Amino acid sequence: MSEWTTDEMMTVAASRALVGATSCFVGIGLPSQAANLARRTSAPDLVLIYESGAIGAKPGRLPLSIGDGILAETADAVVSVPEIFNYWLQPGRIDIGFLSAAQLDKHANINTTVIGDNYRDPKVRLPGAGGAPEIAASCGEVIIIVRQNKRTFVEKVDFVTSVGHGDGGDSRKKLGLRGAGPSRVITDLAVMEPDPVTRELTVTQLHAGVTAEKVRKATGWHIAFANDLKETPPPSAEELRILRALIAA
Amino acid sequence: MAEITSLSEAVASVIRDGDVVAMEGFTHLIPMAAGHEVIRQRKRDLTLVRMTPDVIYDQLIGAGCARKLVFSWGGNPGVGSLHRFRDAVQHGWPVPLEIEEHSHAGMANRYVAGAAGLPFAVLRGYSGTGLVDQTDTIEPITCPFTGEQLAAVRAINPDVTVIHAQRADRRGNVQLWGLTGVQKEAVLAAKKSIVTVEEIVDELAPMPDQVVLPTWVVTAVAEVPRGAFPSYALGYYDRDNTTYAEWDPISRDRDTFTKWLDENVYGVSA
Repeated sequence: MSEWTTDEMMTVAASRALVGATSCFVGIGLPSQAANLARRTSAPDLVLIYESGAIGAKPGRLPLSIGDGILAETADAVVSVPEIFNYWLQPGRIDIGFLSAAQLDKHANINTTVIGDNYRDPKVRLPGAGGAPEIAASCGEVIIIVRQNKRTFVEKVDFVTSVGHGDGGDSRKKLGLRGAGPSRVITDLAVMEPDPVTRELTVTQLHAGVTAEKVRKATGWHIAFANDLKETPPPSAEELRILRALIAA
Repeated sequence: MAEITSLSEAVASVIRDGDVVAMEGFTHLIPMAAGHEVIRQRKRDLTLVRMTPDVIYDQLIGAGCARKLVFSWGGNPGVGSLHRFRDAVQHGWPVPLEIEEHSHAGMANRYVAGAAGLPFAVLRGYSGTGLVDQTDTIEPITCPFTGEQLAAVRAINPDVTVIHAQRADRRGNVQLWGLTGVQKEAVLAAKKSIVTVEEIVDELAPMPDQVVLPTWVVTAVAEVPRGAFPSYALGYYDRDNTTYAEWDPISRDRDTFTKWLDENVYGVSA
C-alpha cells in the first residue's frame, strides 16, 4: 500500500507540468484540480483562465464548475464569453490549454461528443465540445490529463471533438491550426509525449510503482515506450498535504 | 419600451409554440424560474438554443417542450451528464430531439453575428473536427485579404431570448453584472426578449463591469426574486451546488423525474 493514490500521482504530475507557464486555459474536472494545485505549489504566478470569462482567477477552494462564483469574485478581470474566445484564446495569447477526454487516440485527438460509430444514433451521448476545440486549436501547447484504461485510450476516436495531432505527422499544420497541439498526456499510470516525427503518443515516464505491462494493458493500441524511459518522482509530502486540503475544502 | 409584467403573462404573450427560444446565462444568472413557467404553460415544438443546456434544459427536454436543441456543451456543470437530454437523444423520450451542435466559440460567434445584424461570423476554429460535418451552419471560408482558410458560422436570431438579471428600473432598463456570459448578444440577436430580475428599483445604481440593456431593446421585464436558483445572482445569493448534485439521481429515471416535475413545477404557480 503506497502513501498516495494513483489519482493523486496524476494530479501532482500534471501540476508540475505547468512550471514556467504564464497563463493556462483550464477545462473542467481534473484539469481544474491540477491547475489549482499548481498555483499553490509549482507555479504560484500562473494566470488561470476559465471559459466563463474569469481571467486570473485565484479561488480559495476548488471551483465546483467553470462558472463557480468564486472564480469571478477572485479574478483580475471578468469578460464576456465572446471576448474570452475571440480576444484572449483565438489570437494565441494563452500558453497552455489544459484538457481532459472521454476518449483519446494515439495521435492525442479528443472525443467528448459521442461513443459509437453513428453520430445520429450514438451508444452514449456525451456532453459535447464546450470550449475544448478552440483551446486545442489555439493555445501554445496542450496538456491532457485523463485516467488511463482501454475504454478511454482507443486507437482511433469515434468522433474528433478537439484535434490533437490529427492523422499524425504534419497533419495538424496542414489543417491550419496555430498552436503546437498536445505536448503531454498525463494519466494515473504514466506520461506520454508525441513522437517528434510520427506524432504518435510514446510513454516517456512511468509513475512510481507502475510497470510497462500495466500501461500496455490499459491502452487500446500497441503503445511505444521511449528508450530513455524515466520514473515520475513520487508526490512530496507537501504536494500531498496541499492537494488533500484542496479537495477536502 | 419594455412592459413590466408578471412572469406568467410574459411567457404567455411572448413565447409561441414552435418558436426558436434562447435562454442564456453562462453558469451565472440562469433563467430557471422562466424555464419552469415555459414547462407549466406546456409550450411545445420549441427549438431551444443555449450554449450550456444544463439542468433547466434537461427539465424542459424531459417535459417534452423541445423539438430541437442548438447547443455547445450539454452537461450538469461540476456533476456529470444530463440524463433527460441523453434519454431524448438516445431513445426519443418523451419526444425525439433533433440536435445541432457547436463549440462554445462557434455558438458565441453565432450570437455576435446575430446581434450585429450580419448573416455570419468568422473564427479560426473547427478545422479537423467532426462537428463541421454534422451541421450546415458551419462552412469553410477564404479570407479575401490573406487567403487564409477560416470557418464561417451562420448567425442565430432567436424569436425570443430569455435571460435573468440582477435589477431593472421601473421603465424596464435592465442591469446585470458578474459573469455576463453571452446574454447581451443573445438579447440583441433576438426579435423579442423576456428578462426576469431579482428586483425592480426606482434608480439603477452603477455597478462595476455592468451590462445595461436599455428598455427599448427589451420586450418584457418581470420581477422574480431568486429566479436563477439553483444557479446564482452575484450580489444576491450563491450557487446551490447541492441542488445540482441532487439533480443527477432525480433525472436518471423517467418515473422519478416525472414525479419531481409534478411536485416541483406543475404543482406550483409562478
